[in-house]
Amino acid sequence: MNERVAKLRKQSVETKPYISTERAELLTDFYKSDIPASVSVLICRALSFKHLMENKTICINDGELIVGERGPAPKATPTYPELCCHDLEDLRILNSRERTTFVVTEEVRGIYKEKIIPFWSGKTMREKVFSAMDEKWRQAFDAGVFTEFMEQRAPGHAILDDKIYRKGMLDFKRDIAENRKKLDYFNDPRAYEKDQEYQAMDICADAVITFAGRHADKAMELAQNQTDPVRRKELEQIAEVCSHVPANAPRNFWEALQSYWFVHLSVITELNTWDSFNPGRLDQHLLPFYEKGLKQETLTTEQAKELLQCFWIKFNNQPAPPKVGITEEQSGTYVDFALINVGGITPADGDNAVNDVSYMILDVVEEMRLPQPSSCIQLSKKNPDRLLRRACEVIRTGFGQPSVFNTDVIIKEMLADGKSMTDARTGGPSGCVTISSFGKESCTLTGYINWPKILELACNNGIDPNSGAQLGPQTGDTREFTSYRQLMDAYKEQLRYFIDLKIKANNIIERLFANYMPAPFMSIVMDDCIARGLDYHNGGARYNPTYIQGVGIGTTTDALAAVKFNVFDRESVTMDELLTAMQANFAGHERLQHTLLNHTPKYGNDEDYVDSITEDVFNAYYELLNGRPNTKGGKYRVNLLPTTVHIYFGSVVGALPNGRKAGEPVSEGISPSQGCDTKGPTAVIKSAARIDHARTGGTLLNMKFNPQVLAGDGIDKLAHLIRAYFKLDGHHVQFNVIGAETLRKAQQNPERHRDLIVRIAGFSDYFVDVGRDLQNEIIARTEQQSF
Amino acid sequence: MADILNIPDSEPTSSVQSESVVRLSRTPEITGCVFDIKKYAIHDGPGIRTTVFFKGCPLHCLWCQNPESWQKQPELGFRKGRCIRCGRCVEVCTHQAITMTRDQPVTDANKCNLCGECVNVCVAGAREIIGQEMTVDEVLTEVKKDVIFYDESRGGVTFSGGEPLMQPEFLLALLNRCQAQGIHTALDTSCYAEPEIVERTGKKTDLFLCDLKHMDGNIHERFTGVGNNLILDNIKRLSEAGKEIIIRIPVIPGFNDDQANIEATGKFAASLPSVNGIDILPYNRGGKEKSARLTAGVELMQTQTPNGEKMSSIAEILNNYGFEVRIGG
Repeated sequence: MNERVAKLRKQSVETKPYISTERAELLTDFYKSDIPASVSVLICRALSFKHLMENKTICINDGELIVGERGPAPKATPTYPELCCHDLEDLRILNSRERTTFVVTEEVRGIYKEKIIPFWSGKTMREKVFSAMDEKWRQAFDAGVFTEFMEQRAPGHAILDDKIYRKGMLDFKRDIAENRKKLDYFNDPRAYEKDQEYQAMDICADAVITFAGRHADKAMELAQNQTDPVRRKELEQIAEVCSHVPANAPRNFWEALQSYWFVHLSVITELNTWDSFNPGRLDQHLLPFYEKGLKQETLTTEQAKELLQCFWIKFNNQPAPPKVGITEEQSGTYVDFALINVGGITPADGDNAVNDVSYMILDVVEEMRLPQPSSCIQLSKKNPDRLLRRACEVIRTGFGQPSVFNTDVIIKEMLADGKSMTDARTGGPSGCVTISSFGKESCTLTGYINWPKILELACNNGIDPNSGAQLGPQTGDTREFTSYRQLMDAYKEQLRYFIDLKIKANNIIERLFANYMPAPFMSIVMDDCIARGLDYHNGGARYNPTYIQGVGIGTTTDALAAVKFNVFDRESVTMDELLTAMQANFAGHERLQHTLLNHTPKYGNDEDYVDSITEDVFNAYYELLNGRPNTKGGKYRVNLLPTTVHIYFGSVVGALPNGRKAGEPVSEGISPSQGCDTKGPTAVIKSAARIDHARTGGTLLNMKFNPQVLAGDGIDKLAHLIRAYFKLDGHHVQFNVIGAETLRKAQQNPERHRDLIVRIAGFSDYFVDVGRDLQNEIIARTEQQSF
Repeated sequence: MADILNIPDSEPTSSVQSESVVRLSRTPEITGCVFDIKKYAIHDGPGIRTTVFFKGCPLHCLWCQNPESWQKQPELGFRKGRCIRCGRCVEVCTHQAITMTRDQPVTDANKCNLCGECVNVCVAGAREIIGQEMTVDEVLTEVKKDVIFYDESRGGVTFSGGEPLMQPEFLLALLNRCQAQGIHTALDTSCYAEPEIVERTGKKTDLFLCDLKHMDGNIHERFTGVGNNLILDNIKRLSEAGKEIIIRIPVIPGFNDDQANIEATGKFAASLPSVNGIDILPYNRGGKEKSARLTAGVELMQTQTPNGEKMSSIAEILNNYGFEVRIGG
């Protein structure tokens, strides 16, 4: 990378995240005015967005080409008090906790104490959500049966398609006006609601144009005071770019990137959306601009690469806004899950879509080596091996990127969800691993569900051994069970109960967001919100699936298999003895624990005895959840991923029949229980492929390789391994390529390993930034050795 | 593929039928002693492979990486470092084969019948039975699990050891079955076996990985326990029969890494009608650590791991004889 990029990268990597009160203060000023009381919620949200975009600090960093920050400066992190208003204790924790720390100055505390907390206390979405929940939900939530995504953040998981490269905000304004003109108050009872949505969208479109214009003004101002003629010229060009986009469709490579960035910033300023926002298939979007630039000799490959690198730094400058409590436990990372997709097939005719920009992006990923944005390749059987090989080369450098997705099975998943072929091909994975039809879908992830906890409850007749409370239904005393099937039935009954609780809550929370926290700006860029006159949070998107993310398939399978194998098949231990040992956390029962851990079949070793149970566990979840209706005209779908929740979920689950002790992490994603896969990577893949990925909306498989396994032609073997997994319809795989020894060293001397990036779940993070427990767990994950 | 017709236990398409045919054709069922089956073996031939390790070896190389392969029969392994001296093994042994001494339980190999009870109760994971009798079907079941990876990577199965040729009937049955399934087979062998056995297996094997340790028969015998005449003859015969051969040289500093021996090896390889390549494998100390776990004492030497420079210089010498040389295999 050149000097400019190196300098910007250094600034991005070395600046510590800190809390900025600017957004909270501006929003408080607005909400204190007379406006909110005099307009509809939609207009109020639009005007509050306008107020932010007109008044937030404009930041143009030294040397940068792509401009705009979410906060007033890189790593200055805004808060969203309308969603979750942090109290002084939260701020103390943010400032002092071990991982994902945010510097909170005394001044910030003062402003919070004097201005933010007094106004927002009692008015936040978090409070609305919790007060709408019944006692049973609260009990299960507190016990760690599931988490709730929307208690501190807004629904999101939105990914853009190519529309902003074809259209500017002025074009969208025209679309909005045309639709507004067509409103039929005589026959459409929703006409007025639609009118409000259109007005709100229009205000937001103007606000973004203003925001870009303020950057143009700032750039001109800086240009006038700039003595270096080269930089002056750049600033003038920035001004030119910002005057043109996003008001108009971009004309060149630079404008395309800047236009996306303004849209990105707008979405994540409007609300604190999960998975921030994603450009989607950047190689497809940029190719026409790249080719045109080269042809007209207005762009060189080096310039394109430099612009991309500057673009990369913008993502890394924006830490995920501060999370606290269980939400922090389940997703403890600065990474805000923006994902850049490369490869795949073309939407219209399903041809190989890999192009020169795809390879350039992989070069940038390798060179930038940043945790944000995350990157992936969407691999189709139609894509050349060269793409996979190049991706494997980057993977070998050992920072967890890119992850690898199976486009061919993703299309099956989309079609199973009722999408059109073109929309299926338009999409791909977003954020972590969940699929979405880009530019047209609101796929809402609502929280993780703790399968091992539910199995623990099934083992104990619905009673939580942690508290003694009757958390789930009474599904029978397992001591009296005479067959394994009865335990499986009890598990399913518990699962049904908690899925119902979660769905009931989700249905309420979806309405709360639709009613109180619409997103008129995001609605502009997501089909078919304009056509339907309906907000993104209210079913405006073409597709609206809801997810509850299943966690712990490895642990759950192993625990069920342990009971089947030892209690019912071999009859080597009774259920009573097993429960007694579990209650004692295996103290004094080490021999039994040894049998359970080391002489009992485990998921991840390509053994039918246990992998058939994996299928049962998956099918049970699928049958109970898939297809249930949500409140937005969409349906529930199934996905299996953990972020960092497997640590938290493990901490609330007591000892289990598979020999796992109380408090230890549960398995993550669809990976085997930590250290239980002893037959190597092909066996893991065969086991993982027993899950019917085509019926999910995403699964996450984490594999860890020692660097020496990938030396020489080891990289080809890795590529073959991936292709074979995808032949078996695997959805996704990602790799950590780091020796355990290195990780231990980093744990001991974090200051010397600040740049060590590891793959955690659907994302990579700095190893030294994650908590000690997670560090230990990453070390413990089986190192896949070759022999 | 016409060979398939002559194989009595080739698998017909129907699995039910297959079972009965297999049973009828083999009385009594052939079994062999295997001490490990490793998946994702990526250094034992082309592509992604499964390596089946046969127990028993006629050579006792002093640098051996797999000393647990020497003895033909299953044996008890014990890791002293893991033992917590809980005494459960002593209690559970119905043959009074184990006695607790001051620092560790000691097993009398004459009394032990390898029932495995002590392994089952060893919470510390210090005890293991190395090697088990397996049927051809049992091995095939494991091997076939990874066919999709073989297909994708042009890999297959490698029979290694120990010395697979020490269990010729078992090996042949496996080779036949793999051939019938279209699974690529490699044989990692010392080539120390009766020529007739080599010839029979040769017909069913796609690739030979022939270990060649030293060109001087006397030195060979001193370090491995056997001379090299039979080995060199067998390699020559295989080559003359047109088999695909890769010669593998373990590089053991102080034993075979001198220029004279490498030159002699290169010359020998060049004299053969065809050799498809040479792998040179740097010595590693894994064997020494493993030998301490065996109940039957195995004395190994310890030397230095050759550095990259040394390996490159050896590769260069062999290159000059016109071979493609891979370091590490």
